[in-house]
Amino acid sequence: MTLVTSPDAVDKFSSAYEKFTVEKATSPNWVKKLREQAWSTFSEIGIPTKRRGNELWKYTNLQPLTALDFYAGHSGSVTTARIKNSAPWDDDWHTLVVVDGKFSSELSRINDIDGLQLISLNEAIETETDDLKSLLATLAGKEEYAFSALNTAFLDDGAYVSVAEGVKIEQPIHVVHVTSESVESRAVYPRLLVDARAGSSIVLIETHLNIATTSQFSAPVVEIFQGESSSLRHYRVQMENEISFHLGTTRVSQQSDTDFTSTSFAVGAQIARNDIHSLLDAPGASCTLHGLYMTNGVQHQDQEISTTHAKPGGTSDQFYKGILSGKSQAVFSGKVIVMRDAQKSDASQKDLNLLLSRGAEVDAKPSLEIYADDITASHGATAGHVDRDTLFYLQSRGVDEESAKAILVRGFAEEMLNEFEPTALYDFVERVTDERIPVLLSESDTIGTA
Amino acid sequence: MLEINKLHASVIDIENSEILNGIDLTVNKGEVHAIMGPNGSGKSTLANVLMGRPDYEVTGGDITFQNQSIIDLAPDQRAHLGMFLAFQYPAEIPGVRPWQFLKSALDSKAEATGEQKMSVRNFSKLFDEKVQAVGINPALVKRSLNEGFSGGEKKRNEMLQLEVLQPTLAILDETDSGLDVDALRIVAEGVNSMRSPERSFIVVTHYQRLLNYITPDVVHILVNGEIVKTGGPELALEVEKDGYKEYLSTSEVTA
Repeated sequence: MTLVTSPDAVDKFSSAYEKFTVEKATSPNWVKKLREQAWSTFSEIGIPTKRRGNELWKYTNLQPLTALDFYAGHSGSVTTARIKNSAPWDDDWHTLVVVDGKFSSELSRINDIDGLQLISLNEAIETETDDLKSLLATLAGKEEYAFSALNTAFLDDGAYVSVAEGVKIEQPIHVVHVTSESVESRAVYPRLLVDARAGSSIVLIETHLNIATTSQFSAPVVEIFQGESSSLRHYRVQMENEISFHLGTTRVSQQSDTDFTSTSFAVGAQIARNDIHSLLDAPGASCTLHGLYMTNGVQHQDQEISTTHAKPGGTSDQFYKGILSGKSQAVFSGKVIVMRDAQKSDASQKDLNLLLSRGAEVDAKPSLEIYADDITASHGATAGHVDRDTLFYLQSRGVDEESAKAILVRGFAEEMLNEFEPTALYDFVERVTDERIPVLLSESDTIGTA
Repeated sequence: MLEINKLHASVIDIENSEILNGIDLTVNKGEVHAIMGPNGSGKSTLANVLMGRPDYEVTGGDITFQNQSIIDLAPDQRAHLGMFLAFQYPAEIPGVRPWQFLKSALDSKAEATGEQKMSVRNFSKLFDEKVQAVGINPALVKRSLNEGFSGGEKKRNEMLQLEVLQPTLAILDETDSGLDVDALRIVAEGVNSMRSPERSFIVVTHYQRLLNYITPDVVHILVNGEIVKTGGPELALEVEKDGYKEYLSTSEVTA
């Protein structure tokens, strides 16, 4: 890998890292080792910069992030009421709350269910050494990726979800990552590890909530291990405040005949990247990665979506939709790799965008990298405006122009919103969308023009 | 009810693109007018200009509806006054359900006219009744508006909207010659069941076929953006027999 990085940025994190290693001197050796390895990776890579030749960061400029200083400040208080107010919530769900990367047993609501373990990552590290050792930071941590490395270097607590073989959990498991209020900018490293054993079935909702009024930096890492024939329905809701930075990493490993279906709802942050990779590591695995992103103002949303078909007979489906207004920018970088062994794979990729203003920009880059000869694949991307004919049609029925525009934008989002099945979750994303549309339209200037 | 005086219109932002060259037309309460003409005569443009399609610009003359000039009104304001345009090719709108869209249309109208909005319950009742009356498959109206609808289903959906919105003037743009018999019947049934002394219709059509099912009070022949002949229902039959040839030549001479 060419070093197109900002080494100065490493310095911003090194004093915090030194302080952290002193504080964590009593951690188990294997954890300390993970951190050291990750730190050395991060020190080499640094914060990536937008430069020619740095394909992965060509469209995403992290300069505003590197310009900030991050302190290890104290966290503000978080209440259940505050979370309920700004995140999806259902009293029947199993809820794990992680505040600034630290598991909060006071705020979490965990029901006792046989075969389901919902604990803090620290507790898991202390008690479950062998199982955990074989998984933690094996998907995200050793790779050459700045933000999973950074998170792993500061690995300290988080949430741990373990589902025993054959256990099917009906109520969703909701992991809420909260960034608390703080006067100073902080870097937080939420972490979630999911060990879903063979034949298990769960619904996992991940919410990234930022209740600070200041600029914060969150680099969450989620690792998901799916045992054979397991099924995991995943939702990711990103609600950072609009002056914060969110660089999320999700890594999934799928065994044979597993089903991983994920829908993301990304509306927050000044600069956000949702970097998700799923490895279809055994035959017959199916992976669906869908999502909706909405941006306005000077927001930047980057979807870095990749699937690797390593073994035969896998199915993958990437489908994202974006609605952009103001001077915002979005990136869809979808990648499907079909390895030589992965015959009879089926892959599709699609990114559709609705541009509501001339100042908005989307860079869509769907790509297929295929080394097998007997596969089915399709890909495509579009960026369009709301057309005048459609607007005229609605207006001719008596719908005023503003409402007609809102109906059309909402209609564009509808099929993604419908994927959010749990009622309280659907209600939440619907409410956020309905509140957001007038904001998007207030910064719109292209709608209704030919 | 509707008066069109020396109406000139052209394609917006394109010079010398005049399509309507001074149209005069009066539609009284309860009348059904048919506008016929060859391809490119401007009949579909007329239908769209009446509804305020932003692709066209009125360059001269006036349109009054219910004694009020409407040429500066937006399409939704015209709809609030009681006008309606049934589209030849209705837009397909993904993610928007007919129920929801029609409720918004009625709400916008209520807001504009200062009436009370219809409750969801009352609207649902009305909507279900009309769905049944029009004979549209109830499963369809749960889907995205017009998306994946067949030609006939789109027509039924247009008639459903006509029934729900109850306009005082309905303009039907049926310029295309490709309408099958089913679609013709659907449109005709819609018009005939809605015909009343209080409601007028303008039916724009290329062929006489549609007029086998809808008997107009007045028939106009439109050629090169002008009405060249006006008569009773028998005029449509003449056109059916002799075509537009005769009018084309007179128009060319006068032009």
